Amino acid sequence: MAGFREYKIGSKLFGIALGGSMTITLFFPSINIASVSSSEIALTKQLAIGHETGFNLDDPLLLGKNKPIGVALKADPKSGQPLEGGMMVYVYQPGTSFPAGILHTRILGAGVEELSVQQGHVTDARKDSGAVFTVNKGTYEGKQYSYIENLTATKGWTPADVIRVAKDEDLSNAGKGKTMFVREGCWWCHTLLPEETQDWQVFGAPPMLGDFNGESPTAFGSDRKAPDLLHVGSRNSSREWMMMHFFNPRLVQPHSIMPRFDYLWGEKDAAGQKIDYAKWRAEYDEYREGKRVSPPDVPSYASDSEIRGLIDFMLSLK
Amino acid sequence: MLKYLFAKNEDIPSGSAAVFFGFSSIVWFVIGTGLGSFNAAKLAFPDFVTGNEFFAFGHMRQVHVMAVIFGWISMAFAMAMMYITPALGNNKLWSEKLGLWNCMLWNLGLTLGLTILWAGVTSGREYSDFPWPIDLYLATCVFIPLGVNVWMTILNRRTQGIYTTNWFFAAATFMVIIVFLVGNLPEFFHLTGLTEAYLTWWFAHNVLGLWITPVAAAIAYYTIPKVTGNPLYSHRIGHLHFWSVVVFYSTPAAHHLMSAPLPEWLKSFASVEGVLILVPAIAFVSNIMLTMQGKWYMFVENIEVRFTITGCLMAIPLNMQGGFQQTRAINWYIHGTGWIVAHAHLALLGFSTFLEAAAVYFGLQSILKRKLYSITLANLHFWLLLIGFTVYWVSMTIAGLIQGAGKIYEVPYIDVVIAEHPYMIARWLGGTMVFSGNVMWLYNMWMTARKGTVVPQGRMPHELAYER
Repeated sequence: MAGFREYKIGSKLFGIALGGSMTITLFFPSINIASVSSSEIALTKQLAIGHETGFNLDDPLLLGKNKPIGVALKADPKSGQPLEGGMMVYVYQPGTSFPAGILHTRILGAGVEELSVQQGHVTDARKDSGAVFTVNKGTYEGKQYSYIENLTATKGWTPADVIRVAKDEDLSNAGKGKTMFVREGCWWCHTLLPEETQDWQVFGAPPMLGDFNGESPTAFGSDRKAPDLLHVGSRNSSREWMMMHFFNPRLVQPHSIMPRFDYLWGEKDAAGQKIDYAKWRAEYDEYREGKRVSPPDVPSYASDSEIRGLIDFMLSLK
Repeated sequence: MLKYLFAKNEDIPSGSAAVFFGFSSIVWFVIGTGLGSFNAAKLAFPDFVTGNEFFAFGHMRQVHVMAVIFGWISMAFAMAMMYITPALGNNKLWSEKLGLWNCMLWNLGLTLGLTILWAGVTSGREYSDFPWPIDLYLATCVFIPLGVNVWMTILNRRTQGIYTTNWFFAAATFMVIIVFLVGNLPEFFHLTGLTEAYLTWWFAHNVLGLWITPVAAAIAYYTIPKVTGNPLYSHRIGHLHFWSVVVFYSTPAAHHLMSAPLPEWLKSFASVEGVLILVPAIAFVSNIMLTMQGKWYMFVENIEVRFTITGCLMAIPLNMQGGFQQTRAINWYIHGTGWIVAHAHLALLGFSTFLEAAAVYFGLQSILKRKLYSITLANLHFWLLLIGFTVYWVSMTIAGLIQGAGKIYEVPYIDVVIAEHPYMIARWLGGTMVFSGNVMWLYNMWMTARKGTVVPQGRMPHELAYER
């Protein structure tokens, strides 16, 4: 065997070069990134979206399972006392995986971690019995932070208590929707990253360093063939518009090149009737050819449909 | 192939692994560019095949990318390694049997990975879209066996030194394993947030910079001297190329996220290192061009040289774009636009593909000892690829500049979509030309294997290209 005998120095230098490169590009940035405290945005996103929206063993086919439910509470679920200004809570039913920041509080960052553990009691939350979380504000060593509060521990609100009082219009399936966003490849065309150019005037403020702790995948997108969506819920909060746009984008924007996502409605509509896609398409084609005055109505979606989650996710992008 | 999988290594003819890898790569090229053409049609005509999730753009875009990177390009690399590494070590491939198993496991794994990706089962991370079990499979059943075969062939060489091409082969197979295992850490261990975002692009950058670019260049370091008969112009410039790839190309990952809230020092550092990629690029292109001295007529007459030199010439605009478009001065304008899509195709379809196509043409002819079935079809393939690619690149660059202007001057987004429409049609036409060229190529190589004129012992196929 000839071996590398002529290449002893070369082999060592190769190790040094590649090792040095890995130290600079992996080790040093990880020190910086790990020390960042979560912003309120990051905490809200984590709680709303849950553990993971890419491939994972809890939801291998990306059907939007194992996800929390956001609830806009108007009254205390136990006493019935009205809550002033309402309150957004995130219900993790028994068995639902907790987000990364609750499983490993270290990634919440300095200040946020201490508050979430000491005042928010997040380490008391148990997957078997589920928990209800919210984002609260507090002070740690003289500095203001947002932190995660485990309402099941601090107020005794169980998932069942909260779900019992919530009406369907108060519920948000944004976590399921983020899974749809990833699975359907929305991020191949729509970015979630307004740039620090004039972009922020149209698409809103670019995100900050602490806005991503615990999120996976971040799905920034790299190839923007369509508007940025990081703040789309602030620009357009109409469910009806979203519904028409997802069913067939050409209904509301004739020049759009977005694909139709009608298949996310599933088999049945809100009333439990079978959706006749062939009929809808035939009528739509007649409308396009000028044989009908108006396009056919978009079927209303069932509350457990995939499109419901996706629209909830869009509206949560404030 | 099946009869060799369980044969004794000594009974398997030399070059078998290279032939199977070669044909697999061409088939994946046809599939990958076919998907590309289909996707492009959907961007031009959004209601073309609609309302079915399996034909939705968001389900197919990543299948196209992964099919061309890990099917066409990487398998063409494996094909080149299977015959070039032993040729340069004056020995035989360490194990043809391992090579054949590698080829089979590669095809199986990739088919499985692309199928589930197509169904929407994705990690949601660009370029590392495969779910982590597939990533682990690719590392252990695809790249590690490939690396073992290459390293063992080099260690058992019968020459004293190691030629430039083999430095690159040995180093790149090692680096791609590291890149696969490290770049997918977020999926293996559920790392989240900016760590996940950064490692996504660390993987994407390094799989291009430490795998695709150096191996493509290494192939040209073999093809040009071998076919022209000229020795490589300078081994020292080769050294400069090799070391600057390892040092400079492995560090600028963060320049893909210039507009993301990463630490500023990291972005500045990445940007400077990104400009320094011009060092290996210039070293490589000048070395190959100078090797051509006195043999430039072969650029016209010989199909392998023509493919290789065209690819090397495309490396010039590629690296000029690549070096500077990632600086803050330019990135703010073109980031996220079709300009980048054009640049990515210049790298993979322009530069890299042309070099690998030459290696596959040359390798299949010399291993099978048969002359190309039809030089006319090969010429047609070349021109369809070149014209198709150019149409694609020009139209996407213009579309990108329109998007950039739309972004900066706050044009309502839908007006940008309307303005881009003609370029989307042009891109689809260009991509379809590339696809049709590849279908001809597959036919041509199949017929070469079946009906090509047998090349006599001691002659090279290209020497007889114009003889009847």
